[in-house]
Amino acid sequence: MKNISDPKQLLVSAIESGTVIDHIPAVTLFKVIKILGLDKIKNQITFGTNLESKTDGRKAIIKIAGKFFEDDDINRIALVAPNAKLNIIKDYQVVEKRVVSVPDNITAIAKCMNPKCITNFEKVTTRFKVVSKKPLALKCHYCEKITDQERLEII
Amino acid sequence: MKTRSLVSIDDLSTEEIKKILKLAAEFEKKPVQDILNGKVVATLFFEPSTRTRLSFESAVNKLGGKVIGFADSSTSSVSKGETLNDTIRTVNNYVDLIVMRHPIEGSARYASEISTVPVINAGDGANQHPTQTLLDLYSILKTQGTLDHLNICMVGDLKYGRTVHSLLMAMSRWNTSFNFVAPEELKMPDEYKLYLDNLGLKYHETADLQEVINQADIIYMTRVQKERFSDPIEYEKVKNAYVLHDHMLADTRPGMKILHPLPRVNEINPDVDANTKAYYFEQALNGVYTRQAIICTLLGLK
Repeated sequence: MKNISDPKQLLVSAIESGTVIDHIPAVTLFKVIKILGLDKIKNQITFGTNLESKTDGRKAIIKIAGKFFEDDDINRIALVAPNAKLNIIKDYQVVEKRVVSVPDNITAIAKCMNPKCITNFEKVTTRFKVVSKKPLALKCHYCEKITDQERLEII
Repeated sequence: MKTRSLVSIDDLSTEEIKKILKLAAEFEKKPVQDILNGKVVATLFFEPSTRTRLSFESAVNKLGGKVIGFADSSTSSVSKGETLNDTIRTVNNYVDLIVMRHPIEGSARYASEISTVPVINAGDGANQHPTQTLLDLYSILKTQGTLDHLNICMVGDLKYGRTVHSLLMAMSRWNTSFNFVAPEELKMPDEYKLYLDNLGLKYHETADLQEVINQADIIYMTRVQKERFSDPIEYEKVKNAYVLHDHMLADTRPGMKILHPLPRVNEINPDVDANTKAYYFEQALNGVYTRQAIICTLLGLK
């Protein structure tokens, strides 16, 4: 019962079963919520933000009861929370730990930085090929221009 | 069945490029044929490009096809606010193939995903113009007899010129060595040099055309545009350094040819035109044969 007895974890109440996403940068918490569609599901969700973290400065944490993610889904948050760690909880116990990794293709998350790109003119779902994971570089499927971390904007 | 479009030169395998060039040579021998009889091709030019449009229309007409379309978006429903999506979904009902020129980058890829008929990208902003690249390749192959191990000297605006970027990417399949001749402000971007580095291909950068001109099998000239310079004084300093004159060609290789995507302004002095090494007008004619080959390939007629 390590998780429950840890006073830091208790800042956000424990869940019986579900997923805890930890080490989200506080500034991107709401982007993570949006990317995962957590604002549209009925599960019980608690989150904390601006929590002290030894490694990340101010971090955020999300606990989603009764929800488990596929790798492809969870990797979508890698763009905004590259160091996020997942704890899969069953019966109040961490049964699995996972990290996120940047996927090879990114659809419908990022905005192309090229103001002359068709995706910024018409209702086109953005699509990128990840040409470099570190430093991050996304090549637009349409205009073929590179969007890097600095100019990355989440839709 | 999924239709085949031509949006970017990278869409084509080396084998497919070779096939198109071979077919272009056949059309050069016999440019007037009845292959497109009963077919209708749309030329949708959302921004004017008279040269490219006429070249496509000539290609279709010589093969017995009909052309419909517009030369400028002010004369189309776009001026009423129609989206590209709606234009393509409408026009693809009327035609067998769409040739599209559009100022927005990525518009051709988007159109090719919507359209029920093949789309040929005739230029999407600063992005791609693959038929220009193919006609450049055809001109190089025709004049040099091969695409392998050539020395290509690119001159002028190497920073913004999409024709030089596409040509560089395409020619890198054939062990080309490059000389890049450009003023400081218009040098070849690092991403293309990195691309060549990764392939282990040789290139040399210089601001002095005379230094490398005698090594060239092909000199590819481009326009140095005044509006590209942040400092007009800088433009005045370099504008004459990238002009080709007939006397500069004295010691160039005998089989060397000068290419230019046209229109030229002053970067090739008219005294070069009479030199047998001047090839830019024949290059434009090659564009018709190459486009005939591309259209027939996409329609599966050859």
